[in-house]
Amino acid sequence: MEKTVLIELRGISKAFDGHKVLQGIDLNIYDSEFITLLGPSGCGKTTTLRIIAGFETPDEGSVLFEGADMANVPPYKRNVNTVFQRYALFPHLNVYDNIAFGLKLKKVPKDEIANRVQEMLELTSLKGFEQRQIATLSGGQQQRVAIARALINQPKILLLDEPLGALDLKLRKDMQVELKRIQKLTGITFIYVTHDQEEALSMSDRVVVMSNGIIQQIGTPEDIYNEPCNAFVADFIGESNILDGVMVKDYVARFAGQTFTCVDAGFEPNEPVDIVIRPEDVDVVPANSSKLTGTVTQVTFKGDYYEIIVDVCGFKWMLETSDYVAPEETIGLKIDPDAIQVMHKSEYSGMFGDYSAFSDEGDEMLDPALGGIPQEEESGDE
Amino acid sequence: MKKLGRFYAGLMYLLLYAPILVMVLYSFNAKKSTSTLSFSYGAEKYTFGHWYREVFASGGALIPLRNSLILALLTAFISMVMGTLAAYALYKLRLKYVKRVITSVTNIPMMNPDIVTGLSMMLLFATTFYVMGAGGTGFATLLIAHVTFCLPYVILSIMPRLRQMDKNLPEAAMDLGCTPIQSFFMVQLPFLAPAVLSGFVMAFTLSLDDYVVSLFTSGPSFETLPIYVYNMARRSVPPSIYAISTLFLVLVLGLLILSNTMQSRLEKKISSHSERTQKNQ
Amino acid sequence: MNKNRNAKYMSMLSLHSVWCVIFIVVPLLFVLYYTFTDEQGHLTMGNFLYLGTPEILKCFGISIAYALAATVVCLLLAYPLAMVIANIPAKNRSLATLLVMLPMWVSFIIRTYTLKNLFNDNGIINQLLEAFVGLLKNIPAFSSMDFTPIRFIGTSGLIILGMVYDFFPYMVMPIVNVLTGIDPRLHEAAYDLGCTPWTGFLRVTLPLSRSGIVSGITMVFVPAVSTFYISSTLSGGLVSLVGDKIEAAFLTEGNFNRGSALSFVLMILILLSLFVMNRFGDKESEELAP
Repeated sequence: MEKTVLIELRGISKAFDGHKVLQGIDLNIYDSEFITLLGPSGCGKTTTLRIIAGFETPDEGSVLFEGADMANVPPYKRNVNTVFQRYALFPHLNVYDNIAFGLKLKKVPKDEIANRVQEMLELTSLKGFEQRQIATLSGGQQQRVAIARALINQPKILLLDEPLGALDLKLRKDMQVELKRIQKLTGITFIYVTHDQEEALSMSDRVVVMSNGIIQQIGTPEDIYNEPCNAFVADFIGESNILDGVMVKDYVARFAGQTFTCVDAGFEPNEPVDIVIRPEDVDVVPANSSKLTGTVTQVTFKGDYYEIIVDVCGFKWMLETSDYVAPEETIGLKIDPDAIQVMHKSEYSGMFGDYSAFSDEGDEMLDPALGGIPQEEESGDE
Repeated sequence: MKKLGRFYAGLMYLLLYAPILVMVLYSFNAKKSTSTLSFSYGAEKYTFGHWYREVFASGGALIPLRNSLILALLTAFISMVMGTLAAYALYKLRLKYVKRVITSVTNIPMMNPDIVTGLSMMLLFATTFYVMGAGGTGFATLLIAHVTFCLPYVILSIMPRLRQMDKNLPEAAMDLGCTPIQSFFMVQLPFLAPAVLSGFVMAFTLSLDDYVVSLFTSGPSFETLPIYVYNMARRSVPPSIYAISTLFLVLVLGLLILSNTMQSRLEKKISSHSERTQKNQ
Repeated sequence: MNKNRNAKYMSMLSLHSVWCVIFIVVPLLFVLYYTFTDEQGHLTMGNFLYLGTPEILKCFGISIAYALAATVVCLLLAYPLAMVIANIPAKNRSLATLLVMLPMWVSFIIRTYTLKNLFNDNGIINQLLEAFVGLLKNIPAFSSMDFTPIRFIGTSGLIILGMVYDFFPYMVMPIVNVLTGIDPRLHEAAYDLGCTPWTGFLRVTLPLSRSGIVSGITMVFVPAVSTFYISSTLSGGLVSLVGDKIEAAFLTEGNFNRGSALSFVLMILILLSLFVMNRFGDKESEELAP
């Protein structure tokens, strides 16, 4: 991929009140790409965004825009615009004046402003809303105004800080498509922050997975999903069974008491590793035709498939199957070589991947997205 | 239950307004003294409406009224500007202890009885004039005193609005090209405007009604209406004072009704407008 | 960055801080100075001897008793009214609260003086009574009746009434504000869980409105305990409260030292009561905190 580098983050570190929020972030952002910073609350993604916008100054490291250091450039002189988490629309102005705000500051002639506002209203399907007060708009409409208000300034880069966080599921899906369309149409670089992995995978050209102020993995959505580099990424993106294993030699891995052929190489002989197997990559076969067997402990109907939990020698696996199996039944598990993803051991090893305590309710309670808008990464403003 | 509540509320309002009614009645008194109420206009030389004519004719109470209005306007304006600035800076300041100390000191006049606020300032002014060997209490000392006891109320009315402000709002303004100063005047101040305005009105009211602090900090050169009335009331309040108070109350009532109807009309306009645009969808 | 930011806001605060020091802190230091010196400027505790005289002790006692009585009466009268107002639909509620506040636009002095007009020996109430007695005289059975005006002026009841009337809106407003802020679903939840209207009030509404009650009590008690006009007007100069003593010391006797000592003690008294009241308020916010 030969692309021009638009933004370079070099060794960015930041701490609030002695608490390290970012630790040595290196990242290149290319022209016209849709890049997503993905991670749980407090991972440093919003701080990274705010540093790019200029609202925070890094303690260490530098931000380069097309090669120029931005250290002393205040936010209002950067060719960057932001769509804020709760939109931050100006409540004393109507839709038109909100969108025209940036251009009025630049003293753009009135008729040009009018034309460009019309363009933006069309782009964001807001025609006819010009005179409406902000308070009378729905969440989705406010979202569109926020996007129009930012895009009208024709920034090189648009920063989006969990822009869909306050919308309900249906609207979220619509806006995801809409945002992607707008990004393609305008060719503007989008830097998108979210904690929703599904959102990240479906919209982005590249995804940056962050945790504890460190970039865990950068790659296309496919890379991130199929070849997670450690247990954290594997667990955060989609459902995963993560097992302790040993890489006997190249292309041979041993886990769950059995030896399997796999497609990975380049590890030390007998190196301890983490093994990731996605639930949908395991085939359910009769017990006698597989070397790996287990007892079904739980079956959940999910519409187009069944989600089952299988006890294999005390380790609970999650599998997805389109054929019904009964609880207490003993089944065989068939795993193809390319379904086995081998990862080096990391600080996250052993923290995730067992489904013994799993239930949908428990999972939801842990998901910050469902507990209202997460107040993550406070810049210490209060 | 509901009827009982209404009856009770009605009774309370009646009691609340009985003295006000007395004031209005006395403003039409047929006697010069307010010790007794009388409407037998023929018996004395005072005809119906005499006291209202006197207010405008003699000008006795008009000058204190004018003084009071000037003082209240200036007080309200100065404490509005200073209070907005202070509230904003206090809100943004990260030094917890400095913040707490400044807030507590600012609030002292609100907690302290007015009489202590007044006399403590009197001591300060008296000493200052004694050391300087010149000067005396008057307009300037009154203004200082009034601003001082109005400031905490202005700050108190602005603070909650500041807390309501989306923290990203000033950032959004800067993001769209505002300098910090432009962001304050174009975005944050308009957002704070209702609270700033109510702070202004509050300071205006407090200043207009104050007589305790004024008693200690005013001089003969500048008499406000409450002080004028206070001095009169030591002997007996003449009906003309009731007349001027009645006029003032009617004026305030008129302004309040006007602002209320304007507000509700504005709201109606906005809601009908949004209905129309929704129909156009 | 943080340091720069703080420096910026500190400089914005500088004018305000200087103002507060000169016009709030320094004057209070003067009060302190005069409290502990005599008229020649010598350090003394003599002013406290004056405070210890039975006359002054009694005066403090009466002031506190009157102010407490007025505060309690205000609370008892204002709370039901606040509840009625809080239950009015939002549209008309602003009018109702406006009507409570409106009398405050009439000068405090005049409001108090009209009470005197009402309750004087030959005031409106006595005039009405006299007229009533006059009517009764036409009936033969009452023809021997004689009218003697009822003496209200100087009674403690009238002074307390004066305080209640003058400071009543200060009690109503904070309670209305708190009551309108209570989620109506809480009442429904209370009924749902088996509360009768009365126990629901005791267990839900009353505890939740405590902060409003506390600020109402403060806003009535502080001016009531330090007032100097109400008592002298409504007692014809017979009863003098702490406020009257302070006013006289400063404005007629010119004895700054005694006046300062009086206000010093008054201030300590009020600070103590505010402290106690705020402890109640704090307790509530702790309980409500998640």
